[in-house]
Amino acid sequence: MAQRFDRPWRLNASLQHGMDPPLTRVLLYYAHPGHRYSHSNKAMWDLAQKVDGISRVDLYSEYPRFNIDIDQEQQRLLDHDVVVMQCPLFWYSTPSLVKEWIDLTLEHGFAYGHEGTQLKGKTLLMALTAAGPHDAYSKEGYQRYPLRTFLTPFEQTAHLCGMEFASPYVLFGSLRAVEDGRIPPHAEGYRRLLEAYRDDRFDLTKASELDVIEAEHLNDLIKD
Amino acid sequence: MADFLLLAFIFLAAGVIAVPIASRLGLGSVLGYLLAGIAISPLLAALHVDIISIQHFAEFGVVMMLFLVGLELEPKLLWEMRTKLIGLGGLQVGLTTLVVTAISMALGQPWTVSLAIGFVLALSSTAIVLQTLNEKGLMKSDGGQSSFSVLLFQDIAVIPILAVLPLLAMPEVVELAFAAAEGGAHADDAHHGNGDHGTSLNLIAGFPGWAQMLATLAAIGSIVVVGNVLTRPLFRFIAWARFRELFTAAALMGVTGIALLMSVVGLSPALGTFLAGVVLANSEYRHELESDIDPFRGLLLGLFFITVGASVDFALLTANLGPILAMTFGLMALKAAILFALALIFKIQGSARWLFTLALAQAGEFGFVLLSFTTQNNVIPSAVADQLLLVVALSMLLTPLLFIAFDKIIAPRFSESSTREPDDIEGDSGIIIAGHGRFGGIVNRMLRGAGFKTTVLDYSSEQLEMLRTFGFEVFFGDATRPDLLHAAGIDSAKLLVICIDDREHITTLAKYMKAHHPNVEVVARARDRSHVYELYAAGVRNIVRETFDSGVRAGRFAYEVLGLHPFEAERLARQFTEDDRHTIRLLSEVYREDLPLSENPEYVALAKRLMEEREAQMKGGGRGFTTRDERGWVPPGKNDLTAILSDHAKRKGES
Repeated sequence: MAQRFDRPWRLNASLQHGMDPPLTRVLLYYAHPGHRYSHSNKAMWDLAQKVDGISRVDLYSEYPRFNIDIDQEQQRLLDHDVVVMQCPLFWYSTPSLVKEWIDLTLEHGFAYGHEGTQLKGKTLLMALTAAGPHDAYSKEGYQRYPLRTFLTPFEQTAHLCGMEFASPYVLFGSLRAVEDGRIPPHAEGYRRLLEAYRDDRFDLTKASELDVIEAEHLNDLIKD
Repeated sequence: MADFLLLAFIFLAAGVIAVPIASRLGLGSVLGYLLAGIAISPLLAALHVDIISIQHFAEFGVVMMLFLVGLELEPKLLWEMRTKLIGLGGLQVGLTTLVVTAISMALGQPWTVSLAIGFVLALSSTAIVLQTLNEKGLMKSDGGQSSFSVLLFQDIAVIPILAVLPLLAMPEVVELAFAAAEGGAHADDAHHGNGDHGTSLNLIAGFPGWAQMLATLAAIGSIVVVGNVLTRPLFRFIAWARFRELFTAAALMGVTGIALLMSVVGLSPALGTFLAGVVLANSEYRHELESDIDPFRGLLLGLFFITVGASVDFALLTANLGPILAMTFGLMALKAAILFALALIFKIQGSARWLFTLALAQAGEFGFVLLSFTTQNNVIPSAVADQLLLVVALSMLLTPLLFIAFDKIIAPRFSESSTREPDDIEGDSGIIIAGHGRFGGIVNRMLRGAGFKTTVLDYSSEQLEMLRTFGFEVFFGDATRPDLLHAAGIDSAKLLVICIDDREHITTLAKYMKAHHPNVEVVARARDRSHVYELYAAGVRNIVRETFDSGVRAGRFAYEVLGLHPFEAERLARQFTEDDRHTIRLLSEVYREDLPLSENPEYVALAKRLMEEREAQMKGGGRGFTTRDERGWVPPGKNDLTAILSDHAKRKGES
């Protein structure tokens, strides 16, 4: 962990709270093209605003016309240790702007390739909401594969960049989550998760034994 | 007055009838004029017309042509041509003179007469060659450029030739002159002045050599300075008056003034105007000057060619048919052989070598001038001179045939190399932007930013000068004028962007393009909705309302300020744009030019229907165009999930 602090500390606007710099610099990306119609992601995003000492970017708000600023995005990545990608699962993948962001930002020579070592040692954490229930993502379920199978492109993307692909934080059955009352605990868990990452209180080793992390697992994974 | 009108009518009619026929037959305009001249020569003889003096007047067309050639030639290009100019040109004139002199001495002429004949026949016809090269679009090809270099050198060479010729009448003076310094020759030249394209106006004739040199340098210097410094203020001054004909008058005034100045100091007027053209080649008024002068050049050159045709003395020709034809063909073969050899030495490749060889094989209009000059000075006996006149005229008459031979026989053989040539033919950009104000300026910046070359036309000289200082390439002129569009290169253009702000001018220009240049893509600025209909009816499909997009952007900002998510604001703006453009396209189809909108039943019916549809949409719970926007972004409900689950269960049961 020590090498993370070799670089001079760049203070992001959202970090200027006069408090001590966080142990781990968290960059939260949020991508939802239909934010207005969202329940779970909206609740998560709203609570994430209350986490001090992390940086937040609403990708669809920043790039409504998909004109990604590559330099700015690469600088953001350089300035942080953990990259969180929060978005709904659309057709077994992310919304399209995230793909555009990956295509442009993770440049050859920057993120991968001969001299592309800039992201080495950083962590990618996906925070996803899936419409289908947990058991649908199984050999017997209607999605026929476990969720992690659909995430292999992202896992390999992180791997090629020398990044850790952390076990994703997932809300299953998001369409019924409102009436089941599962949204508030999931969003609250999201807040705790972000804070734990920020403060280095998250047990990455233990988490890596799980395919996906749901709100109920957090008590076991977050150290006090 | 009636005489003048009659004469003008005869010449004009001859040209108007003969040239289209010649063009239709693929013979080119020069041959058309020449044949017209031959046809009317009995009539002119009956009317006792002084053809030679008309010819002298018409030679002013050559002066204008060299001005236009200069306009096309930036100083940088001229400098790049220097090897060809001096090497090719110098060798062509020198070798041809030597060989012709030797032959005519072998034929028994004294050496003085022989040398004079050598000078007379060494020169080629600038008028015919440049006119034909321009007509065929070969001016900027390799062969065209080489030919032009030689012609330009010949034009310069005329000056010392005129200086030497009088001395040939007095052999003893020649020996003296060759021994003595050049000053002696100059002094003698001065007595006879300049016979090039005008009468003897030389005012500095009596000056000593150094003073003449100073005066000459001063004259050339003043052309460069005036061209660079005074043109702009002068044209701006004229632009205030906003009378189109004043530009023509100013352009003619300029060309005439330079020709006069050159005559005064004993230089070739053609050379002077050429120099002025080069000086103005980088100016924003280039296209305007071109389109102003061009018609005069065309008419005067036409007149010149007619007089050449008319001056053929058929009585003399039939009397000496054999010798004269032999001399003509012999001369052309000799000149061609020398040119071909030079082309080999200077490594002119492929079809260009043949073009160069055939194009310059004739004797030219300078020959006429020199011949009348030599007879005045008793250098060449008039019996010989009359026959030489015929040789010169016949060789000019035959030149268009050589060009046809080049087109039909030689060029096809080199077709693989000519596939590359069109690139070199025109230096123009292929993209013309009409109007460089708030609208066109943006278009221009975008195109140039992406690496495209553009030609910009604008009618505001203040605006232009501002742009010039920032290094933009812009030209002065009214883009609705077909001749100016032509000068700007519309014939070879890919794209015209109409950005002028006058609604009627936009429509006029769009209609003109549809009628005369249907293959050039047009992007047109529209003032408003009804102007869109107008342009659509004129056949334009790339129509942009000048304020629509900025209005949409302002609307989008308003959405954002009101708290809409930027991506939602973007989608709504896109949807609005799509909807509006869809509507306007439908309405354009039913627009009729001859009816006001309110009296067009189809338009009214469609507009009403579209309005009702929109209202129905809004009553249906949406916000007009937003209803369709929501598709794809509204997530499925829990019922959808139930449906998927039961479908899955069913499929599992089946398997």
